[in-house]
Amino acid sequence: MDITVPNPGLPVTSSDMVVEDRQRHLFRVARRAFTDEAVLEQERRQIFDRCWLYLGHSSEIRNTCDFVTRAVGGRELIFNRDRGGAVHAFLNTCPHRGAMVVREKKGNALSFRCFYHGWSFNVNGRFASRFEEGNYGKEHYGGGCADLAQVPRLESYRDFWFVNFDHNAISLSDYLAGAKEYIDLVADQGEVEMEIVGSGQQYIINANWKLLAENSIDAFHGFPVHSTYFDYLQNIGSLRSDGFNAKGMTSLGNGHAVIEYASPWGRPIARWVPSWGEANRELVERIRQGLIQRFGEERGLRIAETSRNMVIFPNLVINDIMAITVRTFYPDAANRMTVSAWALGARDEDHELRKLRLFNFLEFLGPGGFATPDDQEALENCQRGYRNQREAAWNDISKGMPRVGPPKNDDEEQMRCFWRQWRQRMAGAA
Amino acid sequence: MNADVSLSQGLAKDDPGLRAKIEDFLYLEADLLDEWRIEEWFALFAEGATYEIPPTGEDDADPATSLFYIADDYVRLRERVVRLTKKEAHSEFPRSRQRHMISNVRITAMTAGVADVTCNFITYRAKRGVVDTYYGKHLYRIDCSASPWKIKSKRSVLGMDMLYPGKLTIII
Repeated sequence: MDITVPNPGLPVTSSDMVVEDRQRHLFRVARRAFTDEAVLEQERRQIFDRCWLYLGHSSEIRNTCDFVTRAVGGRELIFNRDRGGAVHAFLNTCPHRGAMVVREKKGNALSFRCFYHGWSFNVNGRFASRFEEGNYGKEHYGGGCADLAQVPRLESYRDFWFVNFDHNAISLSDYLAGAKEYIDLVADQGEVEMEIVGSGQQYIINANWKLLAENSIDAFHGFPVHSTYFDYLQNIGSLRSDGFNAKGMTSLGNGHAVIEYASPWGRPIARWVPSWGEANRELVERIRQGLIQRFGEERGLRIAETSRNMVIFPNLVINDIMAITVRTFYPDAANRMTVSAWALGARDEDHELRKLRLFNFLEFLGPGGFATPDDQEALENCQRGYRNQREAAWNDISKGMPRVGPPKNDDEEQMRCFWRQWRQRMAGAA
Repeated sequence: MNADVSLSQGLAKDDPGLRAKIEDFLYLEADLLDEWRIEEWFALFAEGATYEIPPTGEDDADPATSLFYIADDYVRLRERVVRLTKKEAHSEFPRSRQRHMISNVRITAMTAGVADVTCNFITYRAKRGVVDTYYGKHLYRIDCSASPWKIKSKRSVLGMDMLYPGKLTIII
């Protein structure tokens, strides 16, 4: 790419907001990309209306007639399983006058009924009310126009379900590209299957959504931001420095990227630390041996020992770290996002190990963890700092550009993957 | 409800000043938090105590099977306090200002000198011009036979349907 880095002038279009100069090893992103409501509007059209977006996990609707409701890509959706076991994603709006048909967060129902005028639907979306003759003409029920509207595309990979609002989108499998290998490393952890544990966390961050995409795979910030977390591990005798050889950073295609590294913390699957106690040591060792048996030494130990942070463009994070978190986030405004985060574990997991997994999750992750709140603080500080953008207009994401050989995981190449895709999408070129 | 009313009356008969004493204890706790005397606050807890914030809408959840916001055992609670005393706990540097309000204090059980207490709370946290409001209900188990009294468990059940303030960095 031969675009000269501009003098700190002000970018005009979103394509001008990402500037890469490989000769001079410079990568800049305009702070306006985080603050401008017009940019957000363009993101809604170019990114959220066209990319594959995470909807939910099979385990959340395990039984026939289970449903959950969820906001995805600016829409209100119903994610459910019908009487025959088929999975659906409906737009949660009555074809009659538009009210949201399902108002509970989750449940199990044989049919859905809009409370406004009583239109009813089978859980496969078909209109199910019987009105007396004379109320509606024969054409009224034709062509499915009285049925719940389906999301244009719904596909899954290893129990992770995604939607796409673009009929012409490439298949989910092609879209996920290299990310599938890393989803496998998570999905293979359960001998039966993986499941979402409990109901998840939902919280607000007063910052642009892209700041969390960057932060979720940013290893550079680890020590400066999270020193109190590492102090905690040290204090309880659970900071491990022996490591398995990690791979560093990998670009997975289509804007997705992952970092893989030796884990300084304990992993329920399957890296024991002293604070878990001797009793659990054997349990963790059994799981570790089971992984080696199932996948061979190399892959087995890779699953057990290494941690991975992955962003699937634009906004799905699967971090397999001191626990597994699945996290997605949507902009409410340019300077505010709602985050949904879940814990994932093996369905057949031992009770003690499940307890450990959840305990471990909370030591780092979530609004009450020892680390996530400091990330939130950093993101909110960035957003506040962008008030100075007329005079200080650009973020720098150049770390590691002159490096010969593969990027290190605390370089910033993974964020550059995200931004290159963002620029391409915003220009309508992807 | 009636059963609870008579229970409270029964307890009051045994020790008519008990609720007032418990209220004083809770006001002391609130004051220590308001003033960021957080190590003294931790000293109110008995060894082996737990501190929990369950997921919203699941007041009775078990941290062994549900994902909480906070589920600290005694060691992690101590470490939470240690962390909050550091400048590197960035979300609380510079420190936020907080105010803890408590009301509707009720004694729901008394067994061998250990009181189960519930109360409503509103906690305000102000930082950088933003005021976060947390509200809900605290459930305490307080050992009134110890001297001084010790908290054996504290569970803060959020009244909100999601966590509108993004962080739970202060003790609410």
